[in-house]
Amino acid sequence: MMTITLNHYLIVAAILLSLGILGVLFRRNALIVFMSIELMLNAGNLVLVAFSRHFGEMDGQVLAFFIIALAAAEVSIGLAIIVSLFRQKGSIDINSVSLMKG
Amino acid sequence: VETLVFGISIQTLAYLIPALPLIGALSNGAATLIARRRGKMAPKPFVTFMGVGTPLLAFAITLFLFTVIQSSGNPIVTKSLFTWIEVGDLSVPVSLLLDQLSVVMTLVITGVGSLIHIYSVGYMNHDKSYDRYFTYLNLFLFSMLILVLGNNLPLMFIGWEGVGLCSYLLIGFWFEDPAKASAGKKAFVVNRIGDFGFLLAMFLLYVTLSGHGIDMRAGSLNFSTLEAHQQLLAPIATVACLLLFVGAAGKSAQIPLYVWLPDAMAGPTPVSALIHAATMVTAGVYMIARLNFLYLLSPEAMMVVATVGAITALFAATMGLAQNDIKKILAYSTISQLGYMFLAVGVGAFSAGIFHVVTHAFFKACLFLGAGSVIHGLHEEQNIWKMGGLRRKMPVTFLTFLLAVAAIVGIVPFAGFFSKDEILFQTFIRGHKVLWAMGFATAGITAFYMCRLFALTFFGTSRMHPKVEEKVHESPISMTFPLLILGILSLVGGWVGIPEALKGHNYFHHWLQPILGAGHIVDMSEHAHGTELILAMASFLWVFHIGLLAIILYSQKLSWVDRLVFHFNGIYRTIQNKYYIDEIYNLIFIKPIHWLSRNILWKFGDEQIIDGLMVNGSAKTAGLVGRLLSLFQTGWTQHYALFLAVGTLALIAYFIL
Repeated sequence: MMTITLNHYLIVAAILLSLGILGVLFRRNALIVFMSIELMLNAGNLVLVAFSRHFGEMDGQVLAFFIIALAAAEVSIGLAIIVSLFRQKGSIDINSVSLMKG
Repeated sequence: VETLVFGISIQTLAYLIPALPLIGALSNGAATLIARRRGKMAPKPFVTFMGVGTPLLAFAITLFLFTVIQSSGNPIVTKSLFTWIEVGDLSVPVSLLLDQLSVVMTLVITGVGSLIHIYSVGYMNHDKSYDRYFTYLNLFLFSMLILVLGNNLPLMFIGWEGVGLCSYLLIGFWFEDPAKASAGKKAFVVNRIGDFGFLLAMFLLYVTLSGHGIDMRAGSLNFSTLEAHQQLLAPIATVACLLLFVGAAGKSAQIPLYVWLPDAMAGPTPVSALIHAATMVTAGVYMIARLNFLYLLSPEAMMVVATVGAITALFAATMGLAQNDIKKILAYSTISQLGYMFLAVGVGAFSAGIFHVVTHAFFKACLFLGAGSVIHGLHEEQNIWKMGGLRRKMPVTFLTFLLAVAAIVGIVPFAGFFSKDEILFQTFIRGHKVLWAMGFATAGITAFYMCRLFALTFFGTSRMHPKVEEKVHESPISMTFPLLILGILSLVGGWVGIPEALKGHNYFHHWLQPILGAGHIVDMSEHAHGTELILAMASFLWVFHIGLLAIILYSQKLSWVDRLVFHFNGIYRTIQNKYYIDEIYNLIFIKPIHWLSRNILWKFGDEQIIDGLMVNGSAKTAGLVGRLLSLFQTGWTQHYALFLAVGTLALIAYFIL
């Protein structure tokens, strides 16, 4: 029976983070991009909790709760933006939003 | 204890001499500017009062100070008005020096200057820029007085530049005519070459004195400082003197920089008389006489001065032989006479040079004003072949012109005789036989062309257009009065310098002795007197007969002249075209400089390098970089996120690896 060490957690977190980054970079659907961001946040949470358990300190877990709260807040604002975007453009393809180009 | 005159100190009086014309120039200038705004001319009585009054008052003050110097025998050196430049050990105070030499020059400038101002009242009466004219003329007097009275070289240089500026303004006075405007420009540009030499000489003198670390607080380039340390200057005297002579050659129209003076005749005739005959063009002679101690250190430089002077005298005189414009002839004659003056100072006869400056101012001003009177009477006709028989129509002009011609030709006892023969004698006795021969030949040629001019203008039958002829009139009193005074001075002006050989006392020479004595040869034995007498006789007979010949030829035997011209057509054409010097200068200097300016400096340097490479080039580079960088700005958020991610990865890679 193999034991699950800190490294395993970290590798899972890294995979999650990479998936999140790739999602943000390459998906067009704004909702998917959003979910990818959540993936990255949770990768961060995983790392915090893993280290917290590894060192026997509670700071990391506290921080993870903060991030969960922050993510909830962020999602509510982000979804509002997406809804507003859909009302304006009739789609939630983020490539339709390129007004920043001069 | 300071002497007070009407409650004014001598010092203040000295400062008033240049200040008065400056006041005239400023008030007339202000009046002109104000009047022009309303599209009018400044009130003539005011302009005349300020314009003529200030030089006259300056002349009166100069006369008084002359008597002061005469009785005390000491020069007047004014206390510094303020220190103009003070950097390191370079110190240039503004103060004036009135000694025997500069007071003579000042008398000529204010005296002849006042007469010419009076004359101008009549001559410029109908001009629409009467007020501007007097502003410039007064400004000229101010500059000229600064030049002469300045106690140091930089102050002299200010005057030097000032007269150059006024000369430019007055030659191009009728600037609506492009030919006249460009004549002014030519004078200015040619003078700039000379001024460059003057500047370099000042730098050299200062650097040399400064290098020896002497105390120069009183004024680094004061004439007294230079004179006191002349031994330190001995090693660089030749270079300094030659550089100064470049300046003198520019201002005083000597070879090779004389070409501007004939063109300068484009200005109003009184200007030609004042600036281009009597005063400004003699500034070079004055400068050399002022720095005589420096020139005496360098026999080589003096030899150059004398040789250039003699060659210029001869060369310019021959050019005067075949000119047809009355003012052009006088211009070449001026160059020729200036050559005499440089010959004199070059051989070390400084007082003879200054003597000729003075007498020349009298008779040449008289000649120019006479010519102006003729031109005025004939309604702007300057060609002597379209004159003739004017002696009955313009008796006063004729009489005064006669006096002045007799003076310049050198008839006993007119002014020019004494000064010219003093120069020729001094040249001869100091052993410069070749230069003397050139001067002697010049005297003959001078007699010929002056009498030719005189005969063609006043004798013979009229060759005027009938319409012009019936309107010919004698000039008004404001013009004839100065003519009469100058005519009388052309007769008696030389009597202050009658040499001992002719039973005179040579007062003029003795007067300048304290300043110019160093270059004086003491050999005044009976033998020298005999030589002088013989030389004077010879030159008198020589010029008298040639002059007579010219008068007969050009008043009675014009057909002979035609035949002569026909026979020597080649030579005649060459002389008439002034040896093609202007054309040669054009080919050697102006064309290459034009080519260089146009193709190298303008087309390549300016357009390619500065405009193309530097100005537009830097803009283009910025633009290109901007365009390249703007490729990254797609406006798509995901691209930005990608760059962010790649950048972060690169940073992490950098720190880890």
